[in-house]
Order: sequence, then C-alpha cells, then structure tokens
Amino acid sequence: MFQKPTKWEVMKELILKDTEDTVINSLGIISFVSFFIGGVITIQLALSTTGSFYPNYLVGYATRETIILEFAPTIISIIMAGKVGSFITSSIGSMRVTEQIDALEVMGINSINYLVFPKVIALLLYPFLISIAMFLGILGGMAACVYGGYSTMSDFIDGIQTDFIPFHMTYAFIKTFVFAFILATVPSFHGYYMKGGALEVGKASTTSFIWTCVTIIIFNFLITQMLLG
Amino acid sequence: MIKVKNLKKSFDNKPVLKGISCEFEKGKTSLIIGQTGSGKTVFLKCLLGLHKYDKGEVLFDKINLNSMTELEKMSLKSNIGTVFQGSALFDSMNIEENVMFPLKMFKNIPLDEMYDRVNLVLKRVELENSNKKMPSEASGGMQKRVAIARAIVNEPKYLFCDEPNSGLDPKTAIVIDNLIKEITEELNITTIINSHDMNSVMEIGEKIIFLRNGKLEWEGSKKNIFQTENEAVTDFVYSSELYKKVRKMYLKK
Repeated sequence: MFQKPTKWEVMKELILKDTEDTVINSLGIISFVSFFIGGVITIQLALSTTGSFYPNYLVGYATRETIILEFAPTIISIIMAGKVGSFITSSIGSMRVTEQIDALEVMGINSINYLVFPKVIALLLYPFLISIAMFLGILGGMAACVYGGYSTMSDFIDGIQTDFIPFHMTYAFIKTFVFAFILATVPSFHGYYMKGGALEVGKASTTSFIWTCVTIIIFNFLITQMLLG
Repeated sequence: MIKVKNLKKSFDNKPVLKGISCEFEKGKTSLIIGQTGSGKTVFLKCLLGLHKYDKGEVLFDKINLNSMTELEKMSLKSNIGTVFQGSALFDSMNIEENVMFPLKMFKNIPLDEMYDRVNLVLKRVELENSNKKMPSEASGGMQKRVAIARAIVNEPKYLFCDEPNSGLDPKTAIVIDNLIKEITEELNITTIINSHDMNSVMEIGEKIIFLRNGKLEWEGSKKNIFQTENEAVTDFVYSSELYKKVRKMYLKK
C-alpha cells in the first residue's frame, strides 16, 4: 500500500472527499437512528424495571451503559457497514469493471494507495461520529423517558452520572478505531478484487456487508474479552 | 521502440500466447489484429504489465520489463499513454479533471501551466469548450477523444490503444484512427493499437501483426495485406463481400 505513494496534494483532496462521503454524509442517518433507538432502549428499560425494588436512577444508568458500551460503537458500526461499506465496495467495484483501476495501474499509480489509503485516513474521524451517536442516543433516551412519563429528568440525569467509569469511554473508543479500520479495509478489499460485471458489483456489495459485520462482531468479542473480561 | 521476444503466457495451464516475437517502431502506428480469442488483448496487457508473462522478453527501448523493479516499472508506466476499449474515464471527474489527472500525478508544474496544457490537448482532439462536462454527458466519440487527450497530455513515449473505435459509427471511427496516427507522427511515439476493425487496418496500418491461436501468423503493412497469400489472413481481413471486391480491384490495378 505504501510503495510509491500518491502525491500529498492529490492525497489531501482524496482524503477530504472520502471524509465527506463516509463521515459527513453519514451524520444524518446516524443522528436519526441514535436518537430514536436511544428512546426505544429507554422505554424498554423503564417498562422492565418498574416497581419500588428498583432505584429511580436505574433507567438513566442502564441507558448510558447500553449506549456507550454497545449501541454506539457496535450497532452503529453495523449500520455503517451497510451504508458506507457497500458504498466503498460498489464505487471501487465499478471502477474495476469499467477498467478505471487498470487505467490507474498503467499510468504507474499505486491504485491501492490511491483508493484505499484515503478511506482509512478519512475514517479516523469515525470516533467523532460515534461521539455524536452516544450523545444523541442518551438525549433520545432522556426525551422518551421524561416526555413518556417514565421518570423525572433529575432522576435520569442522576442515573447518567451514577458509577461512571471513565475507562468505559476508552474501551468504546478503542473499539471504534478498530471498527473504523475494518469499515475502510474489508469493503475496499471486496471491491478491489471483484471480478465480472455490474451484477457482480451488487453481489460484492452484499458479500462485503456480511464479512464486515462478521469481522466487527468477532473483534467486538475479542476486544471486550481483552479489555473488560 | 518496443521489442518482444518469444512471449509466452498461460492461464490455468492453457497457453494463450505461444511464443510471440515482434518489433514496434517509433513514430509508426502498429496494429495488432486477430479474431476474438486470438490472444491480442492478453498480448497487449502483457506489454502494459497488467498481466505477468510466463516466458520471453519485452524490451522498452532496450530495457527489459522483467528485470525492472516495481518502482522502475511504475516510472516506465508514467511514460505510457493508454486508451482503453471503454475509455475508462474517471466518473467522478469532469473532462478537464480527467485530462489533467496524469499531470497532477506526475508533473510538478504550476496549476496555470497545467490548465494551458489541458486546453491545448483538448483543442488538439477538437474538444474545446467541453472542459466542464462530465464523462456521462459525453458521447462515445467524445469519450474516446477525452481518453486520447488524457493519454497524450503527459507527452508519453508509448501509446497503447485497445480497440479505440469499438462502438463508434464508421465516420467517427475513422476520425479517431486518423487522430491517433497524426498524434503518433507529431509526438514521434511508439503506438500500438489492438483492433479488429478492417477500416482501421486499411486507414492507418503502417505495421500490422496478425495473431491466430496465440501465435504470430503474419506481419506486414497495409500494402502487403492486399497481396498476401496467407489464407488465415485473407479469410479474416476479407471476410465481407465488399472487402473481397476491393481486394480484387486492387490486385487488378
């Protein structure tokens, strides 16, 4: 990937374009999904923890833990495997089918460096997206909880602040960086090495989504075992 | 000049190129012709370094392609212009950006100079005022012209064209053929065209190489092709009634 790298002036433009395509253009869907799923998680938690046995702050506490530890880093990454992963596979795959990658190669351009490396760098901003997902997920949970009448705002905020372990944030962002790398490389691999025509581009996108999800889930388990187990 | 010596290539133990030797001269337009499956695309891809050949030698101005390091190969490739069958223009870039691409990648010249060079080349292929069009908005003939402009913008030493006039109407095809021939002479470069269009053979075939079943069956010029007695060549070149009549008339003359 690093043999004869692309000129920095060109690479800079590619990184900016890929940042827009992969991160900025995902803000809308990620915000929407996070806010409403955050709300749903809270409602379900509130409904299953009713009664005087449970402390009032529990809903806020459980919402925070669920969203920070699992929903934002892992589930959002799986959604991103569908959105960004298939975009990467199909765009690189189309370039393969229409001989655009061959055109790069015969010009003496390191096509992997030109096509894949900017995506890896662009997705270094992925934790920024996950931070927004965490914030909006908890905000959605708070809105559902307060306006649904399941708890008061002060109880919910108490819950968010209770027993906060800063290492959980570190753990979540370590996962996020690993998933960002997977999101950039696995779909690129499937697009770059695909063979055939337009139909195969569609098949490659599906295969890439499956393998990206599988890889994310396996790494999620390994990282969790290593850092929290 | 490009010299090929005993080039062999197999896929899954099935030989596709069975020892081809030939030369392509500087300043001349050479055509590789042959039926579908004769090995001409594989041959061209071996010359371009897109396929690794099994045996033989390819010498670019006496330098062996196989003895080059990857970095040397990449430097050589920056001296090669290629026109692909489907044009292979970058969808995400407009015509101007497509043509400017090799300059941006390999030349350290100011942006103004790059624009001047792009405009000059676009004018040469008769595409002035189309700078901002996207490839999807251009016709097949225009796309081919853009591909030619992109291939020559860097002033390459070698120009490779894979069926440059496929999918074009006969008139546009001849315009494209002549454009390639003129550019070859103007820039004094080695041009190799992969084609099965007989109009191209008759129009610009200064040197013609006929491949059959992965072997070099015949080579000569467009003049020689009228006189050849090689049955495989005459069967292929004069397969239509029109060309048979043209050949008869030429021989009578």
